[in-house]
Amino acid sequence: MPRERMQAFEEEAVMKEIDFRASFREPELARALAEELSECQPAGPVQLMHVCGTHEHSIARAGIRSFLPEGVKLVAGPGCPVCVCPAGDIDLAMQAASKERVILTTFGDMFRVPSSDRSMERMKGAGADIRVVYSPFDSIRIARENPGREVVFMAVGFETTAGPIAASCDMESPGNYSVIPSIRLIPPALEFLLERSEGGINGFILPGHVSTVLGRKGYLFLNQYGIPSVIAGFEPVDILAALLDLLQQLEKRGPGKVRNLYGRVVREEGNRKARKIIEKVFRKTDSNWRGIGLITKSGLRFKDKYRRLDGAEKLGLEYNADAVDILPGCLCHRVILGEAEPEECPLFGTRCTPAVPFGPCMVSSEGTCRARYIYST
Amino acid sequence: MCLGVPMKVAEIKGNDAVAEAGSVSKSIRLDLLDNISVGDYVLIHTGYAIEKIDREEALETIELLRKVYAAGKDAGLRRGSSDEGD
Repeated sequence: MPRERMQAFEEEAVMKEIDFRASFREPELARALAEELSECQPAGPVQLMHVCGTHEHSIARAGIRSFLPEGVKLVAGPGCPVCVCPAGDIDLAMQAASKERVILTTFGDMFRVPSSDRSMERMKGAGADIRVVYSPFDSIRIARENPGREVVFMAVGFETTAGPIAASCDMESPGNYSVIPSIRLIPPALEFLLERSEGGINGFILPGHVSTVLGRKGYLFLNQYGIPSVIAGFEPVDILAALLDLLQQLEKRGPGKVRNLYGRVVREEGNRKARKIIEKVFRKTDSNWRGIGLITKSGLRFKDKYRRLDGAEKLGLEYNADAVDILPGCLCHRVILGEAEPEECPLFGTRCTPAVPFGPCMVSSEGTCRARYIYST
Repeated sequence: MCLGVPMKVAEIKGNDAVAEAGSVSKSIRLDLLDNISVGDYVLIHTGYAIEKIDREEALETIELLRKVYAAGKDAGLRRGSSDEGD
């Protein structure tokens, strides 16, 4: 790469006062890609799926669906960890918060998600000490500042967040810090979706930041299904290029490949150090996904060596397996699987809005219903 | 949820670091990466640097896309000499 070209590129980025994302937002390039995309002529109906809440936001915000050629549908799969977190896990955290001397910490997105009978937000309103954190490390800090209290971190996320969560457990964490892990893994969900759809999904846009951990190699199991799959970033140009790549792969009619179009942050091998820390602290376990059910080996639980950090065990909490995940009338369980559009739900936009959410897909800022509501109304 | 914010590393002290983006600076952790130096661009997720940003790769991707999709199109040609500066 000639030095002066690199320099010009960096200057361009600095001038736009942000970063390299600026070029991936370039309207002219996006327009050229969108034009190319809308001119594609797939042989038959095509259904493409992404599994990332951030992708859904970018797609809805940029109106990318309007550029899809006729017969091509782009649906949102289970890409929001908050939406697929079962009510039972939230109940567990709220049980912790109801104990004396406990400070419960969690990410902002989790705060308003309803569990069996209420949300953490309402519980806090009733006097419980529940604090929103931005980072697992904030929970460690709160534990250090409150030696007389037990700090329980309700830790929700996919692979991307599993790294920071595991890192917070693998350091010299204070003795009053524990975690309720509610971590889910994307590859088993992809396999589940492929088997369930029986050929109904023709291509995947793979989640950019989960992929920083897994690398392109982490998806090679998809080759046995021959499904075109592309790791994509989050700017309009990234997503349009990924969609074009998928349609071009389908046009060739050969077995689809796993491609990486987010090379600026996703490496072939992924982040080995992050995976090593995750594997050191956690082991895989069967896990329940809200609205979907049990998926084999799709979750993480503490290895024996780290059990002292297991909040549920430490506080003697009991899992409520009967917690209601989907309230009557709510279509979230079908929206999460990409089998229904938010607009098909009778509650969407009426009894269920971002201000007064009813189902998990409207509560989380990453939820499909919320993104659809914000950008289409 | 899996939001990642690109920032530039400004200070490093063990696994604690400070990163900047424009006028914003933030404490971050480097537990998940090796060999990070001051001046590197990293992607931050929940307060942890989760990957280093490869600037050359970013440029190559954008140049390739411009070449394949924008250059031959009328839109690209209309941009005329500004193309050279890219």
